[in-house]
Amino acid sequence: MGYKFSKEEMASIFSKLAEDYDVFAPVVKKGDGTFSDVDVVRYDKVSSLDEIEFEKKSDYSFKEALLPINETIFYFTEDETTVPKGPAKERLVFLRACDLNAVKRLDQIYLKNGFEDFYYKRTREMTKFVLMGCKESCTSGFCVSMGTNTTDEYDLYLKLDGDNAYVEAKDEKLAEAFKSGNEEAVSPDFVSENPTKVTLPKNITPETMKSELFKEYGNRCINCGRCNFVCPTCTCFTMQDIFYKDNEKNGERRRVWASCQVDGYTEIAGGHGFRSDNADRMRFKVMHKIHDFEKRFGYHMCVGCGRCDDVCPEYISYSNLVNRLGKECE
Amino acid sequence: MSLDINTKKAKKNAWRITKERGIGASRIRVPGGYCDAEVLGMVQEIAQTYGNGYVHLTTRQGFEIEGIHLEDMEEVNKKLQPIIEKVGINQNGEDKDKGYSASGTRNVSACIGNNVCPFANYNTSNLARRIDKEIFPNDLHFKVACTGCSNDCAKVRMHDFGIIGQTMPQYDPMRCVSCNACVKGCQSLSVGALRLENYKIVRDTEKCIGCGVCVTKCPTRAWTRSEKKYYKLTIMGRTGKKNPRLGKDWLIWADEDNIVKIIKNTYAFVEEYISPNAPARKEHIGYIIDRVGFEKFKEYALKDVELMPETIMNNTVYWDGIHFDNQH
Repeated sequence: MGYKFSKEEMASIFSKLAEDYDVFAPVVKKGDGTFSDVDVVRYDKVSSLDEIEFEKKSDYSFKEALLPINETIFYFTEDETTVPKGPAKERLVFLRACDLNAVKRLDQIYLKNGFEDFYYKRTREMTKFVLMGCKESCTSGFCVSMGTNTTDEYDLYLKLDGDNAYVEAKDEKLAEAFKSGNEEAVSPDFVSENPTKVTLPKNITPETMKSELFKEYGNRCINCGRCNFVCPTCTCFTMQDIFYKDNEKNGERRRVWASCQVDGYTEIAGGHGFRSDNADRMRFKVMHKIHDFEKRFGYHMCVGCGRCDDVCPEYISYSNLVNRLGKECE
Repeated sequence: MSLDINTKKAKKNAWRITKERGIGASRIRVPGGYCDAEVLGMVQEIAQTYGNGYVHLTTRQGFEIEGIHLEDMEEVNKKLQPIIEKVGINQNGEDKDKGYSASGTRNVSACIGNNVCPFANYNTSNLARRIDKEIFPNDLHFKVACTGCSNDCAKVRMHDFGIIGQTMPQYDPMRCVSCNACVKGCQSLSVGALRLENYKIVRDTEKCIGCGVCVTKCPTRAWTRSEKKYYKLTIMGRTGKKNPRLGKDWLIWADEDNIVKIIKNTYAFVEEYISPNAPARKEHIGYIIDRVGFEKFKEYALKDVELMPETIMNNTVYWDGIHFDNQH
């Protein structure tokens, strides 16, 4: 059911919701960008509607609301371990269609990949999603090419339009909060075309893996890992055991985001690494997004949000690489 | 008829009396080296109408329009008016259409700053223009320059006052993925103030120069810049025939307002202690300090200055450099 409100009414309903839920949404962090006097849009906990950035695409994806960058798995003393408590409150996560499609990929890896991840599951079960529509396409995204421009997996759709606000509440409990509004048919804004279009390679063979393109782009890569860290579908983590300095018999084990482009990712005991060459790392990343994942789960991993292209300091365009690879495979 | 020109007056009106008799050059300072491209057309017009068609881009970020007949000075000064307004030269009201008062205090120069440069920690041109408004016009020989980071592309250490942008790096350990990009960046591009301990970064605060390389290298925004902008103030660097030397750090983690205050305060110090024999009242401030002592300088410079608690002030500053003036 859809409802219409004034923006003020919506702001006050939202503030009440934010008391019951932990709300995670894209926020403009003033001056926190890479360079001086440059902002960054990333996720944070918010308590009022006006904190949320509805216009600009977030530089970093929503995934940190489900998968903290650093997550303590357990604390250990000499003879026992303690698992930290999960989220105390239910959480609302604001995101766009591409990102909501990415949630399906995260679920695939953490819940439907042979076992259920305890930590992901307990947060995921407490999470509801609020869809932010896209009135216009962003320039770098290619969600239409990836079929991720639409979704019906949201619990709530929320749109601000001038002095008005519109919601569509699919979740019954959430709908309670909006019943005071004027009923009106509301349907999400989805884009049907992007300026960036990607054609995935059709005939990937073992030969494709040897493409010179991986060398070309690999040579330009500086192994910073930004493409992985902003990606809503990258799920890799590493483990870190921390021994507290005051008493090294106690400590904690954390899982921490990892990047297949950063040194150390494939390092094993003895110092051997499986993909020390940048071209191999580039191939691994690209093929995982457009081939390997699909082979295993039947749909592609990449949701075409375009964040990796936006963030790369070396102007490596993943979307262009894939298009060029597609031409090579014809 | 012979030319009858008050050269002293002309020089203080931003004109150069050149080696060629009867020929001058019009000097236009561009505060912070930043100007609307429209100015280039105006300079071109003067150069082609009154000059020899050539312009020198000066070492202090100005234009020097060459080959102008000195009898055209008045007319050229009129033509300078829109340029003076466009580049924001702090002109005396009564000087309208008569050029601008110059000589002594030099153009406040600046590197390109954070308008463009990924390393810069502040808008150098804006600060240069702010200082311009505060200290111009003035006869005393002051050289001030602004540079965005410790790379010091503006060579501010060769100035009486060098302003180097700093940022106090802010670290959120919970956003850090131990990728080491900052550690490597600090090691290769800066001073090596970072190390990894227990998978998190430890910053050696004694060593850190606030260059901001860690912030630019961080892929997750674990490192960000401080909301407050900080500056290092280096003092009394100079070139010249007697004892050229690099300016030394005096204030570290200082703020903009106090730095501007200190520069202004120093004018009173120079007024008081400048050598009576200084040619055309030109004496590098450093020589005056060498003569009367650093404590005296501090007394003047720090008048009404209340430094922030985090500002580090070196109580004594010793310079070296090359001595050509007292070699035996």
